[in-house]
Amino acid sequence: MTSQLDRDARVPELTLSKVVKSFGPVVALRSGSLTLQPGSIHALVGENGAGKSTLVKIIAGLYRRDAGEFTLRGESVDFTSTAQAKEAGIAVIYQEPTLFPDLSVTENIFMGRQPTGRFGRIDRRAMRRETQEIFERLGVRLDPDRITEGLSIADQQIIEIAKAISLDARVLIMDEPTAALSGNEVERLFAVARGLRDEGRAILFISHRFDEVFDLCDTVTVMRDGAYVFTTPIAETSVDEIVRAMVGRDIQELFPKQETTVGEELLRVEGLDSPGVFHDISFSVRAGEIVGLAGLVGAGRSEVARAIFGVDGYTSGSVTVGGKPLPKRQPRAAMAAGIALVPEDRRKQGLVLESSVARNTTLAIRDRLSRLGILTTGRENTASQVWASRLEVKTSFLDTEAGTLSGGNQQKVVLGKWLATDPKVLIIDEPTRGIDVGTKSEVHRLLSELAGRGLGILMISSELPEVLGMADRVLVMREGRITAELTRDEATPESVMFAATHEQEPAR
Amino acid sequence: MTDTIAAAPAARSYQPHQRPLWQRILLTRESAVIAALLIVIAVSLATVRNFDSPLTVTYLVLDIAPILLIALPMALIIVTEEIDLSVASIVGLASVTLGLAVQAGVPMPAAILLTLTVGLVAGALNGFLITVVGLPSLAVTIGTLALFRGIAVGLLGTTAITDFPEFWTDLARDRIEGTPIPLIAIPIVLLFVIFSLVLHFTPFGRGIYAIGLNKEAAHFSGVHVGRTKFTLFVLSGVVSAFAGIFFTLNYGSARGDNATGLELSVIAAVLLGGVSIFGGRGALHGVFAGVLLIGVLGSALRLSNVSSDIINVITGVLLVLSVVGSSLLALARRARIGARKKDATPTAP
Repeated sequence: MTSQLDRDARVPELTLSKVVKSFGPVVALRSGSLTLQPGSIHALVGENGAGKSTLVKIIAGLYRRDAGEFTLRGESVDFTSTAQAKEAGIAVIYQEPTLFPDLSVTENIFMGRQPTGRFGRIDRRAMRRETQEIFERLGVRLDPDRITEGLSIADQQIIEIAKAISLDARVLIMDEPTAALSGNEVERLFAVARGLRDEGRAILFISHRFDEVFDLCDTVTVMRDGAYVFTTPIAETSVDEIVRAMVGRDIQELFPKQETTVGEELLRVEGLDSPGVFHDISFSVRAGEIVGLAGLVGAGRSEVARAIFGVDGYTSGSVTVGGKPLPKRQPRAAMAAGIALVPEDRRKQGLVLESSVARNTTLAIRDRLSRLGILTTGRENTASQVWASRLEVKTSFLDTEAGTLSGGNQQKVVLGKWLATDPKVLIIDEPTRGIDVGTKSEVHRLLSELAGRGLGILMISSELPEVLGMADRVLVMREGRITAELTRDEATPESVMFAATHEQEPAR
Repeated sequence: MTDTIAAAPAARSYQPHQRPLWQRILLTRESAVIAALLIVIAVSLATVRNFDSPLTVTYLVLDIAPILLIALPMALIIVTEEIDLSVASIVGLASVTLGLAVQAGVPMPAAILLTLTVGLVAGALNGFLITVVGLPSLAVTIGTLALFRGIAVGLLGTTAITDFPEFWTDLARDRIEGTPIPLIAIPIVLLFVIFSLVLHFTPFGRGIYAIGLNKEAAHFSGVHVGRTKFTLFVLSGVVSAFAGIFFTLNYGSARGDNATGLELSVIAAVLLGGVSIFGGRGALHGVFAGVLLIGVLGSALRLSNVSSDIINVITGVLLVLSVVGSSLLALARRARIGARKKDATPTAP
C-alpha cells in the first residue's frame, strides 16, 4: 500500500516533487510531493503543521519554493505571484471566501476582467449570460443579480468555484471547504466537485474529516512533519492506516515526560460559556499535572484559555483558582491568583517586539519590581538576566529588541516573562509553534520539569505527538465543546483525532 | 520554583547594553533636539541684539509656559498612540469658567478649584468616549475641540472679563526674586519632574510605552489599557485647565477664544521633541527641549524684526523636517522587524 499510485498513460495535471520551503530557521516543508491527475479528486491529509498549507501556497503562487520540482502538464513552472498561478489555470477555494459584499454575484465572478463591448463599455449582458450558464452546469440555483452580502459561506464558495470555471481553471484546490458548511451544503458542494471531476479537471481536497475524504475522493496523499508519506487509491486504504501515517513516529522517545505525583486541584473551570465560541467547558488542572487541550485549529481552545486568563469575557460559568473564584475580564486578577498565559501568537500577544528583552521579560512583574513606586532599568536588567540565562536566550545584550530574535528565542523570552511571575498554573498555547527542533525539546523538558515542581500546566497544542507525549490527561475540543477527556493510557492518535473530528462520542 | 530551572548548564551572562554609554546618551533624538536648542541659543546670543536681556527671558518663559505645561500630558498621550486635540479649547473653557466665577464673586482659590474641576470633567469626557465607548481619539477630540470652544464662547460671547484681583495677576507675572525667570517656572519644573518620573521610572510608565508599541501584548501582560488612557486624558484636562488659569491671569483677560489653535503648537513641540506619532517612543527631556527650541527660535527671530509670517514658515519647515525624519526612522524600524515577521512565521497550516 505504500506503493506509488500506479502511473498510467495520462499526463499528470500537476506534479510537485521533493519541494522544500523554509522560513529563516524554520523548515515548513522538508519534502513535499504531490501528483494530481485530470478527472480526479485527490485528498491531502495531515496534522496541523504537516505542511499542507505551505504546499498549497506554493501551488497558488503565494510562496516560492526553495528547492524541488513543480511542473504543470509536464512543464516546469515557478510562480512569483498568485496572478501567474491563476493565469496557468490554478484556482484556490478557501474556507472563507473573500468577495466584495456590495457587488452582485455576477460582478464578483468577473471582478477585474469584465468582458467589454464597443467603446470599452462593460458588457453586462454577456457577463450575466455566462454566469447563468455556469450555474446551470454546476446545477446550483443562485440569482446572478443579487449582491453577495448576506449569502451563506456555502453560496460564497460556489461563487468562487464559478469564478474558477469562468477562468477555465484546470486545477481546483479546496482548502477545508466544508469546515463551515451544513450537511446539505456539503452534499451540494460534493455534487459540484464531482461534476467538475467528470469535466476532466483535477481537484485537490484538503479536509480533516475522514468520512468526507472517503466519500468524495479517489486518491489520498498523506503528509507528516513537512514531508510526503505516501499516496494511495482511497479504495485500498482505511481510516486507521491514514491516521497512523499522519502521526507515525515513536512518541515516547521524543517527549520524555517525567513521572509526577499529582497534587491538589489548582484551577477549576465550570460550565464556561461564550455564545458562538465555546460551550459548557468544565475541567480542572491539579498541581504537577500537564493537561493537554487538543483539537483542530478553530475548535475554540485558545478562546477558552483567553477567557480563563481574563483577556476575553464569557457569559456564564466560573473559574476558580485554589478554591477562590476569579472575576471576569481581569488579567491582573488572574495574574495575582497565580495564572500565567503564554499566548498563541507570541509576536502579537506575547511580546512587545520593538521593546528590549529586559523590558519584555519584566513587563508582567513591573509592579513587583518597583520600590516605592519607582522602577529602574537596573532592577529590570537584574531580573531579566536571571530568566534569560536560565532559559538560555541567545543574545548578548539585554537591550536587544525582542523582534530581532529568532522564533525559538522569542518564545523563551515569553516563557521567562511568565515564569518570572512565579505562577501556580501555566496556560501555554502552542508552546512550540514555529520554533526549531532543538528549542522545541528544550521547551518540552522545561514544561516537564515545571510540572515536576508542582506547577499545574494547561497545554494547548495542535501537534498530536506533543499532546500525547507530554500530557497526563488529554481534553479534546471540537467546535467549541469538549468532546472527550482521555487519560494518558486512553489517549492515542486515533482516539484524539476521532474526538477532534467526529460528532459522536469517541470510541474508547 | 526559583532555583535552577532547566538545570542550566554554564549559565550565559548578558551585557545590559549593546552600545557604550556615550552613544546611548548622545546618539538619540533627544540629544539632537538639545544640541539644536544650544546652537540656536549660542547663535542668537552672538548675533541678536537684546536677546540676552532679562526681559527677553521673562517674556519667553511667560509665552511658552502654557505650551510647556500641556506638552507634558500630551507627550504621554501620544506615546500611547492617541492624541488630544481639545486641549486649547479646554484652556478657553477654563478661562471663561475662571472669569465668570470671579465675576460672580467667588473667592479666587475656590474659583481656581472650580476651574480645575471643569478641566477634569472635560478630560474625563474625552477619556470616557475613547476608552469606554471605544471611539478613536482623533475623532473624539476634534468633536470636543469644537464642543468645549463652543461652550466657552457661548457662555461669554465676544466680551472679556478683566477685573481679576491684582494679587493673583501679579502672581502669574512676577519673577523669582533676583532672577528674570517668572514664578510659573516653579510649577512647570515641578510638573516636569513628576511627569518624567511617571513616564520613565514607574510601572505605569512602562505600561504607557507598552500600549504605544503593542496594545494587545500590553493587555495580555496585565496592563490596564483603558484605565491608563483614561487617566492620561483626565490629566490632560486638568493640566490644560491649569494652563488656562495661568493664561487668563497672565493676560488679565478671560475670553472664550483664548488660546485658539494652541493645540497645534503643543503637538508640534511634542513631535519636534522626538515623540513618535506612531506611539511607543519619546522622552520628556526631548519634549522640554522641543518646546524651548520653538520658543527661543521665535523669540530670536522676532527680536531680529523678522515678520511673524516668516517665523511661522520657519517653525513649520522645522517641524515638517523633524516629523518626516522621525517618521522615516520609525517606518524603517517597523519595516525591519515586519520583514522578519513575514519570513519567520509560516501561517500554521
